[in-house]
Amino acid sequence: MLSRTADNLYWLSRYVERAEYLARILDATQRLSSLPLAYVGTSNEWESAVLTAGCATAFFKIYDEANEENVTDFLAFSTANSSSIRSCFEMARSNARAVRTALTMEMWDQINGTWLELQRYGNGPTSREELSRFLRWVQESSLRFDGSAYRTMLRNDAYWFSRLGVYIERADNTARILDVKYHLLLPDNERVGGPLDYFQWAAILRSVSALTAYHWVYRDSLKPWLVADLLILKEELPRSLASCYEAIVRNLDSISGAYGRQGPAQRQARAIRTRLQNSRMDGIFQRGLHEFISEFITETNGLGGAITEQFLV
Amino acid sequence: MSAIFDEMKGRDGAVRAPYDELSRWLTEVPPDVLDYRRREAELLFRRIGITFAVYGEADSTERLIPFDVIPRIISGTEWRLLEKGLTQRVKALNMFIKDIYGAREILRAGIVPDDLVFRNPAFRPEMSGQSVPHDIYVHIAGIDIVRVDADTFYVLEDNARTPSGVSYMLENREIMMRLFPELFSRHRIAPVENYPDELLATLKSVAPHTAGGEPNVALLTPGVFNSAYYEHSFLADKLGVELVEGRDLLVKNEIVYMRTTQGLKRVDVIYRRLDDDFIDPLTFRPDSILGVPGLMSAYQAGNVTLANAVGTGIADDKAVYSYMPAIVKFYLDEEPILKNVPTWRCREEEHLAYVLDHLPELVVKEVHGSGGYGMLIGPTASKIAIEQFRAKLKTAPKNFIAQPTLALSTCPTCVEAGVAPRHVDLRPFVLSGSDRTRIVPGGLTRVALKEGSLVVNSSQGGGTKDTWVLDG
Repeated sequence: MLSRTADNLYWLSRYVERAEYLARILDATQRLSSLPLAYVGTSNEWESAVLTAGCATAFFKIYDEANEENVTDFLAFSTANSSSIRSCFEMARSNARAVRTALTMEMWDQINGTWLELQRYGNGPTSREELSRFLRWVQESSLRFDGSAYRTMLRNDAYWFSRLGVYIERADNTARILDVKYHLLLPDNERVGGPLDYFQWAAILRSVSALTAYHWVYRDSLKPWLVADLLILKEELPRSLASCYEAIVRNLDSISGAYGRQGPAQRQARAIRTRLQNSRMDGIFQRGLHEFISEFITETNGLGGAITEQFLV
Repeated sequence: MSAIFDEMKGRDGAVRAPYDELSRWLTEVPPDVLDYRRREAELLFRRIGITFAVYGEADSTERLIPFDVIPRIISGTEWRLLEKGLTQRVKALNMFIKDIYGAREILRAGIVPDDLVFRNPAFRPEMSGQSVPHDIYVHIAGIDIVRVDADTFYVLEDNARTPSGVSYMLENREIMMRLFPELFSRHRIAPVENYPDELLATLKSVAPHTAGGEPNVALLTPGVFNSAYYEHSFLADKLGVELVEGRDLLVKNEIVYMRTTQGLKRVDVIYRRLDDDFIDPLTFRPDSILGVPGLMSAYQAGNVTLANAVGTGIADDKAVYSYMPAIVKFYLDEEPILKNVPTWRCREEEHLAYVLDHLPELVVKEVHGSGGYGMLIGPTASKIAIEQFRAKLKTAPKNFIAQPTLALSTCPTCVEAGVAPRHVDLRPFVLSGSDRTRIVPGGLTRVALKEGSLVVNSSQGGGTKDTWVLDG
């Protein structure tokens, strides 16, 4: 297939995945910010949301203060933010339009429908109620798009590249949450913060839709190191780093199987997955959780670059 | 008797045979059902994303072409005549273009004046003495036809460059079948859905001799900002070929390749929807970023087929058009089956004098114009507009031709007040391969939605209809 087509499919999936992630962050932040300070401490949740979305620099160029109104506008509706939900859907739709021949009718229908619906929200909701409806709609749109891709695409390189986009984006997003919130997940923290952090941990899990999953996996109340274990090493959790890398390697293998050759992208992905498979949480804590996460983010960026280099240009 | 021929009711109000069932149906169907279906169709078009861009309108980058749910009907007998005429005309067009870039017999015979060819902006000197694979230049032609009475069809325009609109022909039919299954069950209608297959067969048949066993076909688009982008992606999808932009292609050792996820892959046939001017910055406009540097060198080396060929735009010229009857006779030694609209060439003194005397009753067109722009429709124009045009005519008479204002036929059409007659034209698509000519029955019917209007162009408020060719 054309490199440009593969590139468009890859980014199309990334944008949709990113929009969903932003909606989850906003959702989780909204919940935190409506709890009494005694429950969540005095940290500014809205600032932390901007950090988790990875666009703090751009945000503070425009705004002085991170509050609900500014952050919601910036992450959800701003056209000045190239990674806002609106921008993500708009770029997803323009990518989709550029590769319509590589999409199934159902996928096009979903992304085009989402884009048309987006116009109806105008410059943003006027009430909290409308905002939560909007955030729910964003998540549903992403699910529908993902489902239509999963259920209707031919299992060939087009499908694999679009899946790669999903998992690279997802791995990056999960790692970013960990990067911003790592201090809450250190084992010592249980003693220091105590129950104060309970809702923070819940918010982290919520932003990767893993709150229920946690209870099923550990059958235990929330413990920070188990939250870290779930998000980093548990392959059962679809948004964990390990699970994302399992999928990245699988899709890259499908591509190299079909093309009859391996390349740097395959080798890099496999190396990262092997490391995840061979790691245990106590080891990671000993070497430093923060260092581990930073390194992971750098390597995932590197892998994104290698995929682009090898296939997409 | 009315001056205007209605395709359903003729001139005298008696329903014509091909419209028997439809007219009965129209009396049965409650008006709100038609309106409801019309809105349903619009919703479908928007969901599918069948939109087009209008140049010069910044605010509305994507618009729908209005779709009229009442089909236009042509009888089998009428169609067979059109089909013969179209085949003949496009055959002559191909021979004409081959001739002017080759032996130039028609110029030497004095049938067509030299300067009309050589001083024509669409003439490409680069193509002189250059052969093209299988001697075919106009692989896809869109011939615009109008009707003035039961037996008289005129060719209004030849589009030999990159005619568009075929996606509407195909989608209109699909949507009609979804919305009006009962109406279909009352007719036998020639299918159009095989057009993409016919197009692919045509394109493969003209692959260069140096191509491998299974020629690789690609569709070259200027990109998403082009007004016909939807059609490009639609066709590429139906054809099962890659939709490429200039940046996806490169030329190495006079061979065209596309950049794929598995490295470079050779391209043999390019169905290009990009004008000559833009295809190769090394040969034509150096500022074009849409084209492929070196494409012309590969073309000239015979390693790639461009459909349509470079330089076919000359046949779109309205002054050249006026010579078509003579062109048909010259190459085929046959009488033209399809008539031309009588045309005054303002480049000729006598004609110009006549035109200047009769401006209020004529339609005056720019010879290189298209899309309904830059023309004067005498009977509806204001005095000031006529005088302004008179001045333009006098300064550059060569740029214009004039034709009588035709009483275009009308078809029943849904309008605000119910069903009313509106003027229509027809663009059938003629495919010329190395093996044979292919035409799917019908074509794109365009309808001028404004009462009395003769301008059917989508850029100026025209709509489209599904076109039915019946059995009998």
